[in-house]
Amino acid sequence: MVAGRNARDGEWSDTLAGVITEATVRLDVPAADWREAVRAAGGLLAAAGAVAPEYVEAMVRTVEELGPYAVISPGIALPHARPADGARRAGLSLVRLRPPVAFNHPHNDPVDLVFGLSAVDSESHVAVLAALAELLSDPASVAAIRAAATAADVVSVCSTACGGRR
Amino acid sequence: MRVLAVCGMGLGSSLVLRIGVEAALRELGIEGTVEAVDVSTAKADRPDLIVTSGQLAELLHGRGVPVIEIHNYVDRAEIKSKLQAALSR
Repeated sequence: MVAGRNARDGEWSDTLAGVITEATVRLDVPAADWREAVRAAGGLLAAAGAVAPEYVEAMVRTVEELGPYAVISPGIALPHARPADGARRAGLSLVRLRPPVAFNHPHNDPVDLVFGLSAVDSESHVAVLAALAELLSDPASVAAIRAAATAADVVSVCSTACGGRR
Repeated sequence: MRVLAVCGMGLGSSLVLRIGVEAALRELGIEGTVEAVDVSTAKADRPDLIVTSGQLAELLHGRGVPVIEIHNYVDRAEIKSKLQAALSR
């Protein structure tokens, strides 16, 4: 922990550090379309054991059913399925797409950062999402993720909060 | 005041939105609770305010509850200015 950060900063960066790891981050992934992009993010969750394999297709189906609801911010998508679709534990993955891919969102296309999310109930992952929300609301942190050269760099941005907290 | 942040399922993007709305309410000095719910839960409720994305807003308009559309869930400035505009009517 860096001296001088307030307790709230420290809390959220520790929370993300345990959940986003080098194993759940892939950079510069090509995807032919949004389905491939969502499958890539879901595949990382499945490989990490956070979800059962069928959860990955459920993520795709959810976007098909609900439309591009998951594109929460310009270039950033947070696809997920329901806990009952095969989530085993709270998990977060990141796929950085190169080139960016259209998700058919009226305002926030195209997408380059896809955060795959699994939750086992509506409350157990709130801390992880709160941490992610704080991270994504800091433009310097998002820029650092977009510019990161390695998965380790991304994990570092997520876990040290030094990407530009003002 | 009681606010609902509405998404498809109430556990992913709506939580991110909820956190943004909570922060904006704090900055505006407004006392309130924000709950993240899905569309059908929101339809069955009568909160003071609904915050959601453009696509879902259409499903929630016209029931006597003000509906705010947010395009960028992590943009505190957008959420604050739209909250202010809605609450000053």
